Amino acid sequence: MSAELLDAPATRTLTIGKALNDGLRRAMEDDPKVVLMGEDIGRLGGVFRITDGLQKDFGEDRVVDTPLAEAGIVGTAVGLAMRGYRPVVEIQFDGFVFPAYNQIVTQVAKLHARSRGAMPMPIVIRIPFGGGIGAVEHHSESPEAYFAHTPGLKVVAVSNPVDAYWGIQQAIACPDPVVFLEPKRRYWDKAPVDTSGTPEPLFGARIVRGGDDVTVLAYGPMVKTALQAAEVAAGEGRSLEVVDLRTLSPLDLDPVVDSVRRTGRCVVVHEAPVTLGLGAEIAARVTEACFHSLESPVLRVGGYDVPYPPSKLEEAYLPDLDRVLDAVDRAMEF
Amino acid sequence: MTAVRNETEIDIGEAGEFAGPLPGAGAPHLPQQPDLVQLLTPEGERVEHPGYPLEVSDEELRGFYRDMALVRRWDAEATALQRQGELGIWASLLGQEAAQLGAGRALEDGDMAFPTYREHGVAWARGVDPLHVMSLFRGVDNGGWNPVERSFGPYTIVIGAQCLHATGYAMGIQRDGAESAVLAFLGDGATSQGEVNEAMVFAASFAAPVVFFCQNNQYAISVPLERQSKVPLYHRAAGFGFPGVRVDGNDVLAVLAVTRAALRAAREGQGPTFIEAFTYRMGAHTTSDDPTRYRLADEVEEWKLRDPIARLKAYLSRSGLADAAFFEGVDAAADELAVRIRSGTVEMPDPPPTAMFDAVYAEQTPHLAAQRAQFEAYQAGFDGGAE
Repeated sequence: MSAELLDAPATRTLTIGKALNDGLRRAMEDDPKVVLMGEDIGRLGGVFRITDGLQKDFGEDRVVDTPLAEAGIVGTAVGLAMRGYRPVVEIQFDGFVFPAYNQIVTQVAKLHARSRGAMPMPIVIRIPFGGGIGAVEHHSESPEAYFAHTPGLKVVAVSNPVDAYWGIQQAIACPDPVVFLEPKRRYWDKAPVDTSGTPEPLFGARIVRGGDDVTVLAYGPMVKTALQAAEVAAGEGRSLEVVDLRTLSPLDLDPVVDSVRRTGRCVVVHEAPVTLGLGAEIAARVTEACFHSLESPVLRVGGYDVPYPPSKLEEAYLPDLDRVLDAVDRAMEF
Repeated sequence: MTAVRNETEIDIGEAGEFAGPLPGAGAPHLPQQPDLVQLLTPEGERVEHPGYPLEVSDEELRGFYRDMALVRRWDAEATALQRQGELGIWASLLGQEAAQLGAGRALEDGDMAFPTYREHGVAWARGVDPLHVMSLFRGVDNGGWNPVERSFGPYTIVIGAQCLHATGYAMGIQRDGAESAVLAFLGDGATSQGEVNEAMVFAASFAAPVVFFCQNNQYAISVPLERQSKVPLYHRAAGFGFPGVRVDGNDVLAVLAVTRAALRAAREGQGPTFIEAFTYRMGAHTTSDDPTRYRLADEVEEWKLRDPIARLKAYLSRSGLADAAFFEGVDAAADELAVRIRSGTVEMPDPPPTAMFDAVYAEQTPHLAAQRAQFEAYQAGFDGGAE
């Protein structure tokens, strides 16, 4: 009885950040081979505090404050994976992943194939991504297309505390390397998380709001934006179906295709520049699968093809609910 | 885990003794050699070094000769096979046999090696079938050996990337509480790479049991060492906070002794060592290269006088450890090996076209499975279908 009272309730209201922290803790408890690596993740708990308290409880060998070198972090994670560990590396900000790009693309992504399966790479590369926090250069980027374009990697983007809690554990358990994108401006968004439940598969899209007129696709921070747009559209008599893609590589387009065949219209939303972004690939595939059902071209709402701007301009750069609704209007009027 | 290295216990990197001049040591384009560890002179004279006493049996000495002669024969056969169109490319190790066999034989069970793409001699020492190396250069696969079973990592072509893997692997050894060490191979050019420098920072910071074994063969394709470093490469180690030592890379005994000592120190928790094996690439960078465009024939001739195999042969002969019958036996074995490598390479079947879809992931994705099925259907549309 007293033990039960001491237990945390199964359902708790968590922020995305806290859900990640709890998910990491549970993964470390479940598997002693899980090792966290990154800059400032130990004593400080990470600049976003995602690893808060973990070094205190699991020690410096399992929560490693590394030298300040991203290629070094990912490259040594490769070696640890070869030795049977499951490294989870934190890239402090999206724009800092590029020094590690060589290791991710030429090594992490290819070693399973190069070794013909002898050296799996169960590495999770956590990246807080996206803008909207008023930061300086290199702190607001959306690099997902680079990784989704690279065979051998898997790429997911979470949008809510439930997926954050379960998704980080599923990514760690995945035998393949996973680039795990965290919507940094939504870290403080809250939702009830049932930690005793059964998670949905990691690599699956989910319809998060039903609708009839236009299918709106989003992932990461843009899911909330799409849902806000759907709410406003409903007031105007338009019914938007919103899909949280959740996984960017592999893409799970089966529910998207089903949806678009019903609605006949599709809008893809992301923060990354539109040219050769995920939206381009999705538009091509949706068009191929739904050609005879489409009432309008698949439209993209994304960042402009410019370097991510200084923060005073990011409101103009980032897709918001008005730009989503503008695309919905164009789809309806086509 | 985070063992602080006790400087007083370091018995490596104290190589201050002058072991005698090498032929050509006074040449202006070659650095002076006062700090070179050497146990076997180019003339085949066994000398002692106070920092590196070496007990080696007669059988081991003959074994080193045999290893180096067979690997050189393999290398020659591979070069010939490339010229005949049977390999896409070959990266010759000619001249570096002692550096590779000495280092490779210093490894013990439980140790792990991370090669570049030229470590055929180390592969040999690790028991890798030469045909599993040939398959890479023929374009059949990316190396046919199992890197876990052979404790010999995949060939790594992006310069220096494997040094970080070696360091991370060594950090894993620390976490396992194992008494093993890692040998990371790199070349002189790689010392300019950021990732190699990061590997040395990480290795030093965590006192990881990794030894950086740099074969300084004087050229990064065409660019001479002077463009990579203004200081002797082994001096770099001091900046990272661990010992560096320069060894005569054409002296298999010195390489064995120095590498053994460094690996032992690593296993005992004393952290990393940087070894500069001072050697020379006698051939081209690869079969696609033309070294006459960037180096003088005189230089090559000078290095021929330091040949790693000739000096061991001289020592074995002079000291009566091997007779003519032994050398004839090795020659015959080398010819047999060459025949096996030649026939095995020429007869190597091409992989089935669908092989490219294999092992991209540990868990195949539905998307890739569909793409593969589409490819198979496409192939089946031709006469005879997919093989």
